[in-house]
Amino acid sequence: MDFHLIAAQLLNGVALGAILALVALGLTIVFGLLGFVNFAHGAIFTCGAYGGWVVYTKTGSFVIAIAAALATAFVIGVVIERLLIRMFYNRPPEDQILVTFGLAIVLVELVRALFTGQTQLLPTPSWGQGIVNVGGIFYPQYRLEVVGIVAVTLAAIYIIIYRTKIGLIVRAGIDDPLVVNLLGIDVKRTFLLVFAMGAALAGLAGIIDSPMLAVNPDMGTEVLAQSFVVIVIGGVGSFGGAIVGGLIAGELVSLTTLFAPDYSQVFLYVAMALVLILRPKGLFGVEGRA
Amino acid sequence: MANSRRSFLTTSLGAAGALAASGLPFPRVSLGADDTIFVGLLCDQTGSYSADGEDLQKGYELAIEELNAGTGVMGKVLGGKKGVLGKKIVYKVADTETKAGPAVQRATEFITQDKATMITGGVSTSEVIAMEALAQQSKVLYMTGASGSNDTTGKNCQRYAFRSQCDAYMVSKALAPVLAKALGKKRRAIYLVPDYSYGHSLADSMKEFTEKEGWTTVAQVVAPFPTSDYSSYLTNIANANADTFVNIEFGNDGVASTKSAAQFGILKKMQLVVPNISTYFADGVGAEIMEGVYGTLPWSFRLQDRYPMAKLFIESFVKKYGIRPRWTAQIAYDQLAIWADAAYRAKSLAPADLIRVLEEGHPIELSLGKVYYRAGDHQQVRPVPVVLGKKPADMQGKDDFFSIVEVVPGEAVMQPLDLTTCKLPPV
Repeated sequence: MDFHLIAAQLLNGVALGAILALVALGLTIVFGLLGFVNFAHGAIFTCGAYGGWVVYTKTGSFVIAIAAALATAFVIGVVIERLLIRMFYNRPPEDQILVTFGLAIVLVELVRALFTGQTQLLPTPSWGQGIVNVGGIFYPQYRLEVVGIVAVTLAAIYIIIYRTKIGLIVRAGIDDPLVVNLLGIDVKRTFLLVFAMGAALAGLAGIIDSPMLAVNPDMGTEVLAQSFVVIVIGGVGSFGGAIVGGLIAGELVSLTTLFAPDYSQVFLYVAMALVLILRPKGLFGVEGRA
Repeated sequence: MANSRRSFLTTSLGAAGALAASGLPFPRVSLGADDTIFVGLLCDQTGSYSADGEDLQKGYELAIEELNAGTGVMGKVLGGKKGVLGKKIVYKVADTETKAGPAVQRATEFITQDKATMITGGVSTSEVIAMEALAQQSKVLYMTGASGSNDTTGKNCQRYAFRSQCDAYMVSKALAPVLAKALGKKRRAIYLVPDYSYGHSLADSMKEFTEKEGWTTVAQVVAPFPTSDYSSYLTNIANANADTFVNIEFGNDGVASTKSAAQFGILKKMQLVVPNISTYFADGVGAEIMEGVYGTLPWSFRLQDRYPMAKLFIESFVKKYGIRPRWTAQIAYDQLAIWADAAYRAKSLAPADLIRVLEEGHPIELSLGKVYYRAGDHQQVRPVPVVLGKKPADMQGKDDFFSIVEVVPGEAVMQPLDLTTCKLPPV
C-alpha cells in the first residue's frame, strides 16, 4: 500500500478527530457537569450555523459570523434552560431525552420555517482557502486552522471550569447545591451558565463546520449521532474523553477509508459497541451522576 | 413523524384559511367520497434530499391547485376542465425523511387509511424502488418523484410505477460525447460514489460511456450514504493520479463533498463533472465553484425559450412562490398533468385503466416538449439537457447558474429495452 496515502489519512484522522471532538464537547460538558442528556445538541448546532450564516451574508466576515453563532446558541441556551430544561434536571434520563428530542424538532422546524429547506451558501473563509504542505502531504489550510480553534477552545473551557472561581462554584454547586446555596451563591444561575456554555459550544461547532458541510436545517442530525459515538467511546461526561474519543473516531474513519471506504461508518459503530461491551463507562469514563 | 404533523398542520391551516376566505363558516355542500379523488404526496422534507423534496412538493401543490381550478398548463392540456373527471383532487403530504423505511410506511398509510389509488413522489432511488414494490403489491398507481438509477425502470421496474426523470444510462450517453468534445479524449477520471443503487448505477453508466470516448477510469471511491464529513474519502481522491473528478453525490451530500473537495485543492487540480446535478447544488456550493462544471440537469428554467409550456409553468410557479422552479418541481408538476390527461383518455381513474393508456405512449406536450412513457419499462422518453456552469459575472439572476450546452433528444439516448433487464409484472 502507498505509504504516502496512509500518512495522509493519518493526518486527516487527526483533523477529523478534532472536528468531532469540538462537536461532542458541549454535549459532554452538559452531561458531565449537570448530568443532563441533551438531544437538542444537534439542533442548537444548526441554529448556531444559521445565526452565523445570516450575519455572514450581511457582513461578509466569517469572524463576525463566528461571534454571531456563539451569541445565537448562547441565547437559545439561556432561553430554553429558563423555560424548560430547568424543570428536567432531577427527572430520569428518558424524560430528558424526550423533552430535548421534542425541542430539537421545534428548533429545526423553526429554522426551516424561517429560511426554507434550501441549502445555503457559506464558503470557506478567505483566511482558510489555501493548501498547506505538511511533510509532503498537501492538506486544506482551513481544516488545520480548525484543529487550532479546537485546541484553543478546549484550553479555554478547561481553564474556565478548573482554574477560575466561576468554575469552582459550578463544580461545588453540582456536588452539593444545598451547601453552595447556604453560602449565598445562586446555584440555579450556575446551572444556567453551564447549559448556555454547552449550547454556545454547539453553535461554535455549527459555524466552524459549515464550510465543510451543506448548510441545511437537517445538518445537525448526523452531528448528534457522531457526538454520541465520540463521547461513548471517550467516556460520557469526560473532558479528556471527548478529545480521545474524537481522535479515535477520526482515525478509524480515515484509516478504514483506505481499504473499505463503504464500511468506514460501520467500523465506527463496531468500535462503539466494543467499548460498550468491554468498558461500559468508556475509555475515560467516570461514575455517572445518576 | 414530526414532519407529517407539520404537513398536517400546514394543510389544516391552509384549509381553515381557505374556508375563512370564502366567508363561509362551513362548506355549504359537503363533498361526498365520490366527488373527490385522493392523491398521496411523498416528499423528502428532511434528510439529505430535503431541498429537492421541498421543490418537489411545490410542484405538486401548484399542479393540484391548477387542476382543481382548470388554469395554467393544466387548463391548457385539459381544455380548461376543472378537477379530474369531475372529481376535486384532495391530497396529503408526508415526509419520507430521505429513507426507504419511512417512505414505505407513509405510502402504506396513504393506501390503507386514505384509500389512495395514486401516490407520487420520493427523491432518493432507495425510497422510490421500495415504494414501487409497494405500489405493485397494493395495485396502486405510483408516479415516481426523482430517481436517477437504471434499476428504477430496470431490474426493479414495476407495472404500477412510471418514472419521468432521465435514468443513469440516458444521462451518461448524453453527457459523455459533450465531455469528450469539450475536455478531450485522454482524460483520467476518478469517481466519488454514494453507496446505493443510484450511485453505483450512475457511476457504471458514466464509466461505460466515457471509456467509449477514450477516457480512463483511475478509481472510484465509494462513501456510505449519507455522510456529513467527506475528508477521508477526498484524501484518497486528492492523492490519486487523475485529472477529472466525477462527483456522483447528490443533495446535501453533493454539496458537502464538493465544498470539501475545493478545500482539498481537488477542484484546482481536476475538472469537476457532476453528471446529475441536484436542485439546490449550485446554491450550496456557490457560483465560483460552479463555473466551468459540466453535468446534466433534468430540466432548467433556461428551457423556456424552447418549450412554450415551460414558460407558462414558470410564470404560475413564480406567481405562487416568488421563485423559479427547479427540476424536481418540473417532474412533479408535469407528472400530475400526465396523470390527469391519462384519466381523461381512459375515462377512468382506476390504476389498471391508467396503466393501459399510459403504455399506449401518447406524446403529451409539456415543459420538456413532447414526452411519453415507453411501454416496455415505463421510462419516460424525454430530452436530456447538458449544462455548463456559468461565469458568476454572466449570471442573470441569482439562480441562473447554468447555460444549456445541448438538449439531447430522448429517443437517441434510451437504453435498449433488452439491456434494461426490466420484466414488468402483470397488472
